[in-house]
Amino acid sequence: MTAKDAARGARTQLAVVATRAINLASRRIGAGRGSVAGGHVGLLVDPRLLEHLAAGRRLALVSGTNGKTTTTRLLAVAIEGRLGAAATNATGSNMPTGHVTALAGAQPGAPAVLEVDESYIPQLVASLSPEVVVLLNLSRDQLDRTNEVRMVANRWQRALAAAPGTTVVANADDPLVAWAARDAARAVWVGAGLSWRADAVGCPACDGRIVFSASSSGGWGCTCGFARPPLDLWLEDPTGAGGGTTVVVFADGRRLPLELRLPGRFNRANAAVAAAAAEAFGIPADEALAVMGTVDEVAGRFATTEIAGVAVRLMLAKNPAGWRELLDLVCPGDGPVVVGINARIADGRDPSWLWDVPFERLRGRPVIATGERYLDLSVRLRYAEVPHLAQGDPIEAVRVAGEKIGGARGERQSRAHSQGSHAVDYIGNYTAFYDLLARSGARPTAGGRGAGRPSSPGALEETSR
Amino acid sequence: MTLRVVVVYPDLLGTYGDGGNGVVVVQRAQWRGIDATLLEAPSGEPLPAGDCYCLGGGEDGPQLRAAELLREDGALARAAIDGIPILAVCAGYQIVGRTFPSADGRALPGLGLLDVATTKGTGRRAVGEILAEPLDDGLPTLTGFENHGGLTTLGTDASPLATVVAGVGNGDGSEGAVAGRIVGTYLHGPVLARNPALADRLLTWASGETLTSLEDTEELALRAERISAVRGTVRRSGRTGRSAW
Repeated sequence: MTAKDAARGARTQLAVVATRAINLASRRIGAGRGSVAGGHVGLLVDPRLLEHLAAGRRLALVSGTNGKTTTTRLLAVAIEGRLGAAATNATGSNMPTGHVTALAGAQPGAPAVLEVDESYIPQLVASLSPEVVVLLNLSRDQLDRTNEVRMVANRWQRALAAAPGTTVVANADDPLVAWAARDAARAVWVGAGLSWRADAVGCPACDGRIVFSASSSGGWGCTCGFARPPLDLWLEDPTGAGGGTTVVVFADGRRLPLELRLPGRFNRANAAVAAAAAEAFGIPADEALAVMGTVDEVAGRFATTEIAGVAVRLMLAKNPAGWRELLDLVCPGDGPVVVGINARIADGRDPSWLWDVPFERLRGRPVIATGERYLDLSVRLRYAEVPHLAQGDPIEAVRVAGEKIGGARGERQSRAHSQGSHAVDYIGNYTAFYDLLARSGARPTAGGRGAGRPSSPGALEETSR
Repeated sequence: MTLRVVVVYPDLLGTYGDGGNGVVVVQRAQWRGIDATLLEAPSGEPLPAGDCYCLGGGEDGPQLRAAELLREDGALARAAIDGIPILAVCAGYQIVGRTFPSADGRALPGLGLLDVATTKGTGRRAVGEILAEPLDDGLPTLTGFENHGGLTTLGTDASPLATVVAGVGNGDGSEGAVAGRIVGTYLHGPVLARNPALADRLLTWASGETLTSLEDTEELALRAERISAVRGTVRRSGRTGRSAW
């Protein structure tokens, strides 16, 4: 080791010590959840800290507009099942400060699975040479930022074309993702579905129009020749319609039944993508899927929790694509729904996107509008002709929803929840969701190996989601 | 006869939730017993005949494509000549003008339906809540959210829609433009959800009917909250319409 190497090593060690100490102090004094502040200082001490911390590890990055927190969690548990504890940013702090914190707290050499904000993928691919990059989808999000999805897809494409050692696991059903992964040295194409197409109709190759086949499994193409790549794996019966089991089908003939505790079509798709990523990491998909099936919540999402004496299933949706998926999930039911909307920086300060969400589907259910921007939501629900109550305080909103239980069915149910059942659905956007968790003091009751950590709002403005 | 409200090219000009403007006009007609229907007109198909057209905001590339397609199609220009009401928001506002800027700042030809010209601003994008007082006494304060990098200058054949109280608008202290039954504005929200009186103005033009009043409890509560929130911010920071923020 040269003197220069030694000095560099000492600097990195100092940066790691600083990162850990500040995150510990931050947690002790209750200023935050200890995932961002230390990373800031660590990067000041050693600007190349992330590269140094990632060196010698097997690394997977997960990005996309929706599903990245869940997919990161599913992939992490699959990897941990085979390779032992993995370094991961489970709290969703998905920018380099959060990545530094995740890696600084892990054993040297432990594998790492990092959730990455869409805009940081090029930088991290270039500097960390990850073994696997998972790309889920791209759609509109945070209207007050100028992160045009097409521009993001182009930047991803350039970065991945220059990463010969990286395997890209990509959702072939999203034309923007297919465009981003087109020039990758190695791509695994997953038919993970795409329920929101409004941001994908313009062909990224020629500015023409992408035509989607009428059936959800039928692919897409443009007259210029850009079309869905041949799939390596896909989902059969992804919605589990008719009580059937969803099966992950591989082009090599394997058929693996998919049984998850997490609900919804989108989580089955996330699991299929995570299984493909696990295989790219050398872990057989059947083994990975079996471990993923034990996860029952992700950073507080999908957990059933008691708030104001009411059993509430907590869900997070932050843009039109995410809302469509969650409305698919909750709409077969008839119980009360509490919808929470904020418009802080992390949510995007313009809530006009509420008009891209088909709230009409909530007609006939007791609906309570809450959150800091409940009045915007209330106007949207009026035009969707969804009768609702408006209650800005989210805890009070849940309490009111509890009083509506059974109203729709004409029978009174117990307000206390039993194993696995819930009385009220709560769907909030980003800060509304974590605000409710923090204010209720709620801790997910389901537990299990998938248990996430409900986070305080302290770090919210620092993650880009 | 059914009132046809056309949302123009939601696949190109639908990025900022402005499709909601069409929903607002249709519902406000139906709540008054006026038969109305919403037509979402995708690009690549002929623009359908309508009694009111709504254009929204979009990204740079799709904005250019929408301008080209609308010029080839010709139906929107014919509607403007026939006095059919047109609401054009943000990127839509820019393309109904004489010129609008490309992503790299070149002047591109607009449809020329409204006597305004937009250039690329030199400072930061105007992103945030906006309040503006309409020049038309019959309309109350306009509230919305703006998100654009354009500077729009009005010619002699257009009048400003409003004077900016907080925010940026056109960039010279005015906001939007009106000529005949064509209204251009930078306001999202969507603008008609936040400003039902403007929606009713378009509906009056489109239907030719005298409108009964609606209760608008939710809209009034939202307007009061937004206007008070923005006025509070202005008082604290001394921000005015003439300085970009």
